[in-house]
Amino acid sequence: MTGLLQNLIDGLGRGSIYALLALGVAVVFGIMHMLNFAHGELITIPGYLTYWAFNNGWTWWTVIPLIIISAVLSSLLIERVAFSRVRGATDFTMLLTSFGVHFIVSAGFLLYVSASVKPIPRPGWFANTVSVGSLNIEVFDLVVIGVTAVVLAGTTWLLQRTMFGLSLRAAASDFDTARLMGVKSDSVIRGAFALSGFLAGIAGVFWIMREGQVTPTAGINPMLQGVLAVLIGGLGSLRGAVLGGLVLGLAEVLLRSWLPLGIQNLTTGFVFLMIALLFIFRPGGLLSVPQVERV
Amino acid sequence: MLEVKGLTTKYGAISALRDASLSVGEGEVIGLIGPNGAGKTTLLGSIAGLLPIDSGTISFDGADITSAAPDKIVRSGLSLVPEHRRIFADMTVEENLKIGGVTISAAERGPLLIEMSELFPVLQKKWSTAAGYLSGGEAQQLAIARALMSKPKVVMMDEPSLGLAPILVDQVFDLIETLRSQGRTILVVEQNATRMLKAADRAYVLRSGEVVATGTGEELLERSDLFDTFVGG
Repeated sequence: MTGLLQNLIDGLGRGSIYALLALGVAVVFGIMHMLNFAHGELITIPGYLTYWAFNNGWTWWTVIPLIIISAVLSSLLIERVAFSRVRGATDFTMLLTSFGVHFIVSAGFLLYVSASVKPIPRPGWFANTVSVGSLNIEVFDLVVIGVTAVVLAGTTWLLQRTMFGLSLRAAASDFDTARLMGVKSDSVIRGAFALSGFLAGIAGVFWIMREGQVTPTAGINPMLQGVLAVLIGGLGSLRGAVLGGLVLGLAEVLLRSWLPLGIQNLTTGFVFLMIALLFIFRPGGLLSVPQVERV
Repeated sequence: MLEVKGLTTKYGAISALRDASLSVGEGEVIGLIGPNGAGKTTLLGSIAGLLPIDSGTISFDGADITSAAPDKIVRSGLSLVPEHRRIFADMTVEENLKIGGVTISAAERGPLLIEMSELFPVLQKKWSTAAGYLSGGEAQQLAIARALMSKPKVVMMDEPSLGLAPILVDQVFDLIETLRSQGRTILVVEQNATRMLKAADRAYVLRSGEVVATGTGEELLERSDLFDTFVGG
């Protein structure tokens, strides 16, 4: 029982980061109908800035805002430089464009910064735990879960209660009709990328802290987890993205603890196996959105 | 108030609209009729800024709005109730209306929401319901109310009675009458040609992308050469 509870908290912590990443991917997918394979660069770019900042005497208190702001700006810049040029193109073109952005950014760091692993110091409290009864809970997990809950509540408020949120949802539901209402396409698309970048920035703070390093390909894993979580939850559903992230995190942690010692390294393989099974029974994901034909 | 001159719009090599002209004066109810594929929806889409225009000009309230972005056109006071209603199904009735008023200030939006709930009692009852659960008639009322939320000087409606039961079609025409009595200017594309001609001050007949006749409703109803247009739509 204690072990299960311990794993649940561990899995929720991991899943919270995935949920933030997935929500960012889902927000952009909603508006552009593009799975953004460059989403991980919103962690790579701030990751290198973090490395630079620590070498110049910054501390986590100043690095955290740096990560979030640079993720938002990177997201806006990538939209401006790459995605704005393929608006309205086929889904495949947009997919390839996002792959292209990913490869260009990681090649840029490889060529002009370094191929080697750049270390980033973890905050002092990172390894702390608190004991509740027989449970040993990592402070890091608690912080991640708490911050994610607040960010998700804020995002929900933004989407439900503000005109920007309503515009975003309307444009995701039917872009042309949203324009007919007077929603400005540029603003709503940029807004979506800014929100996506902000969510990636929060996730990035935790991701960078946990990894304690940055490499040119640092974006691949967070991107993969975000995209997978979106697919698990149901493409096109924001709630699904969050749910998918939490499920993915829990599945990873629980599998790792349940699998026999010898095959623990195959956790990722088993996760993919479970995803494959899910898609056989629910091809649209957990909260699949019915595909309404656009007339 | 609204002047369209020599408008040509193409889909690829095919002209969906050829050299079409029309004018709408303040307070008028104008019908736009013609068989399927005559270019009626294309004409409204071009005026609303959704479709690229090949040649011709559109001016509204003295300003040139040819090829302006849809949001600019809405802001200038021209709004469209699109074909098939196109309400935002996963948003509530209230949210649909709020989005309709995205171009006006929050201070104006509040009173206008109350006005809409009074003008459309059906919607008031379903205020917090996801719009996807509305019946066809309710959804049409929502689509019209949503278009009114931008405080338009001219409302364009594309086939508002399409797919509705006869009693609901009556409702739509009653609504057009109500809006006319409020002094609103309305341009309606309608398949129900005879009925539209009776309700409209003037009408334009489109066929194969061209305006082939214009006049008051009564004049057009007399024209036996247009008979196929009236029954064919």
